[in-house]
Amino acid sequence: MSSPSRAAGDTIHAPVGALARFLRRYVFSTDHKIIGLQYFFLALLAVTVGMILSLLMRFHLVWPAAHLPFVAGGIMTPEQYLAVMTMHGTIMVFFVLTTAPQSAFGNYFLPLQIGAPDMAFPRLNMLSFWLILLAFVVMMAAFVVPGGAPISGWTAYTPLSGLGEIAGPGEGMGQSLWAFSILIFCVGSLLGSINFIATTIDMRAPGMTLMRMPLTVWAWFVTAILSLLAFAVLFAAGILLVLDRVAGTSFFMPAGLVVNGALQTNGGGSPLLWQHLFWFFGHPEVYIAILPGMGVVSHILANFSRKPVFGYRAMAFAICAIGFLGFLVWGHHMFVSGMNPYSGLTFSLLTVSIGVPSAVKTFNWLGTLWGGRIQFHSPMLFAIGFVSFFVTGGLSGIFLAQPAVDTTLHATYYVVAHFHIVMGVAAIFGILAATYYWFPKMFGRSMNESLGKIHFWLTFVGVYCIFMPMHFVGIAGGIRRYADSTGAAYLAGLQPLHRFMTIAALVTAAAQVIFFCNLFRSLRRGAPAAVNPWNGTTLEWIAGSPPPADNFSGRFPSVYRGPYEYSVPGAASDFWPQNIPPGLNPGESTEQRYAG
Amino acid sequence: MPADSVVELLERGGGSHSGGGVPCGDGGGGNDNQGTPQSVYITGMILALGGILMFFMALISAWVVRRGFPNSDWQSIELPHILGLNTLILTASSFTLVRSRRLLVRGSEADYRHWWGVTAILGMFFLVGQIIAWRQMFATRLFLATNPASSFFYVFTAAHALHVLGGIAALVVVGSRPAQHLTLETATRVAAIYWHFLAVLWLLIFTILVVGR
Repeated sequence: MSSPSRAAGDTIHAPVGALARFLRRYVFSTDHKIIGLQYFFLALLAVTVGMILSLLMRFHLVWPAAHLPFVAGGIMTPEQYLAVMTMHGTIMVFFVLTTAPQSAFGNYFLPLQIGAPDMAFPRLNMLSFWLILLAFVVMMAAFVVPGGAPISGWTAYTPLSGLGEIAGPGEGMGQSLWAFSILIFCVGSLLGSINFIATTIDMRAPGMTLMRMPLTVWAWFVTAILSLLAFAVLFAAGILLVLDRVAGTSFFMPAGLVVNGALQTNGGGSPLLWQHLFWFFGHPEVYIAILPGMGVVSHILANFSRKPVFGYRAMAFAICAIGFLGFLVWGHHMFVSGMNPYSGLTFSLLTVSIGVPSAVKTFNWLGTLWGGRIQFHSPMLFAIGFVSFFVTGGLSGIFLAQPAVDTTLHATYYVVAHFHIVMGVAAIFGILAATYYWFPKMFGRSMNESLGKIHFWLTFVGVYCIFMPMHFVGIAGGIRRYADSTGAAYLAGLQPLHRFMTIAALVTAAAQVIFFCNLFRSLRRGAPAAVNPWNGTTLEWIAGSPPPADNFSGRFPSVYRGPYEYSVPGAASDFWPQNIPPGLNPGESTEQRYAG
Repeated sequence: MPADSVVELLERGGGSHSGGGVPCGDGGGGNDNQGTPQSVYITGMILALGGILMFFMALISAWVVRRGFPNSDWQSIELPHILGLNTLILTASSFTLVRSRRLLVRGSEADYRHWWGVTAILGMFFLVGQIIAWRQMFATRLFLATNPASSFFYVFTAAHALHVLGGIAALVVVGSRPAQHLTLETATRVAAIYWHFLAVLWLLIFTILVVGR
């Protein structure tokens, strides 16, 4: 890593040990950039664990008798399969899809893009990260405690998750650790979201009006609002779940429950209540994962099409509309819970209405590309890949929004394919696009373009090879969550498809090795990057690469124009950075442009 | 165009400083690049209240569902009478806080400190009162897991008490030492916003406990 920036306010008094200095700069730092990197590397670690878990599952589905690494006893039992599935979902949703797009890139670039020296509450920011890291450690501990990891899925449906050890291995200590980890994660996320919102509201540079904010900032801003409102609800639900588990209350535990021949003493509660509270968080969580990706993609498409974002205002309002509607549709996760059909109809109508702002976004992305001078750099390829997956996964969502269709497909691989494409893969493509795009800014070096393109094509094709056949498996009745479907005659015909998907998953995972090699090699040996390698217009590109401790070396920018002024007719250069005053032609002055 | 007027409204809401001195600036950014503006602390506190409110709303909706559940095993409980007194104490502390802040604005710092301290002490009385209420509940053998009504009683009062504990800590810190980044005006304002919120929140919880027991 080349000379990363120093923590803000870090005054060094001799004699200070090198270790103490290192700890203060890179470990207990209050600098938003360092904290962003800490989140980034935490997410990298988490995604590696999550990916290994998914490969274990895919391998077991095809070769159920195979001996697998990391599996106690070698051959995976059904309970172990459920534990792996639970941890895969939990790690990916919380520690990758929530952590990387919002906490990592948002932390690093939101203050830069609005021209601020740091986040509003730097120490709170540091606390947020340490809480999230603690949550990750507690979650990982579930693997090694007696009984192992929990088996109730990332949604931890009650009563299974509330019963304790009697419900199966992992439901004792493992499930408790899961709940504690989620509670800690909630607190970290809440503190983080307060910081994001306050920073956006109060720390913008002079002239940075809301309608001059990059769409990335809009996305992080709205996502933070969703986090604030949603994680507070999950926190409340988590407390009630923990009380049911450890204090004998019965918020979620139904009466007359007999488990393994034993009548449970607590009762009278509502398992559905957990589902409502969980999904009131869970659906906004989907947008917490995807909205930052939408922002990044809009940003990158404009940059590499050398065109302004088509319909900037509509894009900003669409982000707000998706965020708002995201709070009204949680019931579509519960169509099969026996809810009143009229409730189902209401949730269904609200769900399909999200198609409107989603379509606005897709249309405007295509409008941005249309007629542009497109530069197919790695970040651009991943951004276009994002649009492709968002459309594909979004379309299957329209079908699943119909209660009658969902009733048939809910327990099948169709749903797995849908949410992996639209929420998982699309968000990951957003993360990858952001990584390739901002790597020069974060580390002052460039990633290898050829490796980036190989990585893109292998991943893009690989992911479609995994998840397109999965829709057919679902429609054919392939039941999700089953550890082994080889015993059911009617599912036997689907095994060749499963085998194909598993091979595709192995190839796609191998392609990620290329990414990791490129990333870590470029950290040390990548070609030195210019301040503004992509000829971008927004304020992060006037700061140094990497930016100094106060981001702008004391020369804080004022903002005079919108965020995407590319190819302005009559300009000497094809881009106008936001800090160029009117009357000054950007092609004529570099002095004004760069602060770093 | 309605969208424009919404944007204009948002723009006016964004930040206390305008982008003065920027020829093309139309009122946007709140930060004058001279470090963290004081408005950040107010914004942060209001946002925190939003999160806390959502937390309690989730508990309240759980209470609504659990109480109205078909064939519910809900049993009415007798609430400790001291809750009424506690409510009066917490409400009174809001008024003493208002008085304290008024005195600060008028410049009489000693009187401000006096009433600020009274507020913190009233907050402590409230907490002691809540502990007495719990002991009275224990005495009638109503524990956390006894029945849903008692479960919610403990969850609501304990969650609120923890927030009050934080509020008292804030009052003590603001009253006893100069703030590092905040002006005294901002620090007292932030603490006051939180404290008044806790009082209103308690009135809501108390109403729920009384009406819905």
